[in-house]
Amino acid sequence: MKDKTATVTRVIKVDQLARVEGEGALYVRIRNDVVSDVKFRIFEPPRLFEAFLRGRAYSEAPDITARICGICPVAYQMSAVHAMEHALGVSVTGALRDLRRLLYCGEWIESHALHIYMLHAPDFLGYPDVIQMAKDHPETVKQALQLKKIGNEIVRLLGGREIHPINVRVGGFYHLPALADLHRLREQLQWALDVALETVRWTAALPFPDMEYDYEFVALHHPDEYPLNEGRLVSSRGLNIAIDEYEKHFAEEHIAHSTALHSDLKGHGAYFVGPLARYNLNFEQLSLTAKDAAHAAGLPTFCLNPFKSIIVRAVETVYACEHAIEIINAYEPPPRPAVDVQPRAGIGYGASEAPRGTLYHRYRLDDRGMILDAKIVPPTSQNQKIIEDDLRRFVSANHHLADAELTTRCEQVIRNYDPCISCSTHFLRLHIERE
Amino acid sequence: MPESKKPKVAVWKFASCDGCQLSLLDCEDELLAIADAIEIAYFPEASSTVIKGPYDISLVEGSITTPHDAEHIHHVRRASKVLITIGACATAGGIQALRNFRDVRQMVAQVYASPAYIETLSKSTAIADHVFVDFELRGCPINKAQLVEIVSAYLHGRKPNIPRYSVCVECKRRGTPCVMVAEGALCLGPVTQAGCGALCPAYQRGCYGCFGPTETPNPRALSEHWKALGTSSDEIVRLYRTFNAFADAFRKESEAHEG
Repeated sequence: MKDKTATVTRVIKVDQLARVEGEGALYVRIRNDVVSDVKFRIFEPPRLFEAFLRGRAYSEAPDITARICGICPVAYQMSAVHAMEHALGVSVTGALRDLRRLLYCGEWIESHALHIYMLHAPDFLGYPDVIQMAKDHPETVKQALQLKKIGNEIVRLLGGREIHPINVRVGGFYHLPALADLHRLREQLQWALDVALETVRWTAALPFPDMEYDYEFVALHHPDEYPLNEGRLVSSRGLNIAIDEYEKHFAEEHIAHSTALHSDLKGHGAYFVGPLARYNLNFEQLSLTAKDAAHAAGLPTFCLNPFKSIIVRAVETVYACEHAIEIINAYEPPPRPAVDVQPRAGIGYGASEAPRGTLYHRYRLDDRGMILDAKIVPPTSQNQKIIEDDLRRFVSANHHLADAELTTRCEQVIRNYDPCISCSTHFLRLHIERE
Repeated sequence: MPESKKPKVAVWKFASCDGCQLSLLDCEDELLAIADAIEIAYFPEASSTVIKGPYDISLVEGSITTPHDAEHIHHVRRASKVLITIGACATAGGIQALRNFRDVRQMVAQVYASPAYIETLSKSTAIADHVFVDFELRGCPINKAQLVEIVSAYLHGRKPNIPRYSVCVECKRRGTPCVMVAEGALCLGPVTQAGCGALCPAYQRGCYGCFGPTETPNPRALSEHWKALGTSSDEIVRLYRTFNAFADAFRKESEAHEG
C-alpha cells in the first residue's frame, strides 16, 4: 500500500535513439522528481582497432583507421598522418599542408550539413526525419543536400571518394588535383558560402531551450588559424599543453555500461569537445565573414547553451567554405605530391579537429616503421560524461514535462553533441525510468 | 494513418563504421526521389520513425561479432522478404575480421582495462555465414550508384547489373596506365572485383582490395609476381589482410604466406 511518503518512481525509456551515428542507449530514472540515475550507454560491438593495428606498417594507419568511422574518415586519416609524421620526423608544409586543410574543410561542410539539416533540425521543428521535413520545407532541404554535396565534392576531388578516401598518405598525397578541377570547385563554393550564411540565419531562428552551463571546453588552438590539423590543446579553464602531453592530463576509464572508454580531464572531471568548444576557444581565429555572421545571428563570442551548437556548426560551415575558397585562390601546385618518409623507431602524437571534436592518435613504431602499439581517443568518448551530466541537469530542470515530451527533449540533448557512436566504438537506446 | 502501398525498406546495422548506410544519405541528388518511391520503414541513423515489419527489402550493414548480434540477425531475416548485405563488413567480416587470425581475448585486453565487461565472439563473420542472403553488395565502402541499382533491380523484379570482373577491366576502360607494370606498385587490382571505378590506380597507387575477390581470381600468380618485385612474405600477408581479409580467396592466399 502506498502512503503519503511512498516513493514515486518514473521510468522513461526509448529503446532506440535515432538520428545518431551508431548504436547506443539512454536510461534515466527519476525518483521523487529527482534524477537518480542517468546512463548514456554505448553498445556498439567492439572492433578492436588498437589491437589489430599492432604489427601493421606506419603507412597503413591512415587507410585502416579511416574505417573506424564512415562519417568522418578524413579526421582519422589526418590525425593518423600527423602522428606518423611526428614519429618519423617529417613535416608537411606549404601547398601540401593547405591541401590537407582543404580536404578537411570538405569533411566539415558535408558532416555539418548532414547534422544540421538531417539529424538535428528535425528535433527543433518536430519532424521524425529530413524526408518528412522536406514535405513542408522542400527548398530548404534541397539546398541543404546541395551544400552537403559540395562538401563531398571537395573530399571526392582530393580524396578520390567521399567515404574512406584513398589519396591520403603519410608525407602528403598520392596524386595532386588538377587546377581546372579546383577552379570548378571554387565556383560551387561561392554558392555554398551563401547557403552557409543563410544556414546561420535559419538555425539562429530556431526555438532554443534555455539551458546554460559553465562547461570546461577543450579544443585545439592555433594562433594564426581556426584549428583543423595543428595546434596546442587548450581549455576554458587554463589548460594549455602540447599534443604529446595529452595522456599526462587526460585519463580514460572503462565502465561497465559502455564499450566506449569514458574520458576525464585529470583533476577537472568532465569536459566538452566539439564545435561549441572550438568556437569558444578560437573565435578570434574565425574569418571576418564568419564572425559577422555569428554577431548578426546574436550568437555571443562565448556561448554556454549546448543547443546552440547547431548555430555554431553553421558558422563553422561559413568558415570552411570561405577558407576553402582562399586555399584554392592561393594554390600553387607543389613540386611533388608527397615528401619523402623513412621509417625509424619512435613515438608520434597527432590530434586534429573532427567535425564533432578533438581526435587524438598516438603510435609507437619500431625501426622498420611497424606499429608496436596504438592509442586512439575519439571525440564522442570524450563527450560521454558531459552528455550524461547534461541529461541529468536537463531532466532535473524539466521533470514536469510529460514522458513523451521529456524523452524527445533528452534525445535532442544527446544530438547537441552530434555523437558518433561508431567512432567511440555504436546504438543508442533511450530508456527513462521514473521512480 | 492508412497503410502505404510503397515497398517497405529497412536499414540494419551490425559491427561497422556506418559508412555504407551513409552512402544512402550521400545520394544527395537522388535521396528525395528514392524516399518518394519507397517507404523508409526502419532506418535509425536517419529517422526516428519505426514501422513494423515485414519489410520488402532489408539492407544490412556490418558483421556479426557478438552473441547478441548472432541472434538478432535471425530476427532481421524473418522480418525481411529480401535481404541484401552492403559492404565488406557484412559480406566478408570487415577489417574487424583481423581478429580471426589472432587470440581475441588477448586483443580485448590490449584495448579495454576491464576485459570482463566486453562480450565478443572470437570471429567476425559475414551475414551469409548466419542466414540466407539474397544479394551481397561488396565494397569498403559500397559504391552508391550500385546501391541505387540493386534496390531498383529488386523493386522491379529484375536481375541486378553488378559486374564481377576485376579492377583491371575498369582501369583499362578508364585509360589508366598499369601502375604495377609502369611503376612497380603492389596492386591487388587483378584479383579484386570492380566497383570503385579503379580509383587507386587513377591516383597513382596500387589497389588495396576494397571490393574483395573477383570471380575466379588467381592470387597465387599475383603473389609470385610481387615476390619477383622483391616483396617479403610478411608484406604479402598484410596486403591480403585488410578490409576483406576473411573473404575466402584472400584468406587462403594470406595463410599460404604466413611464416
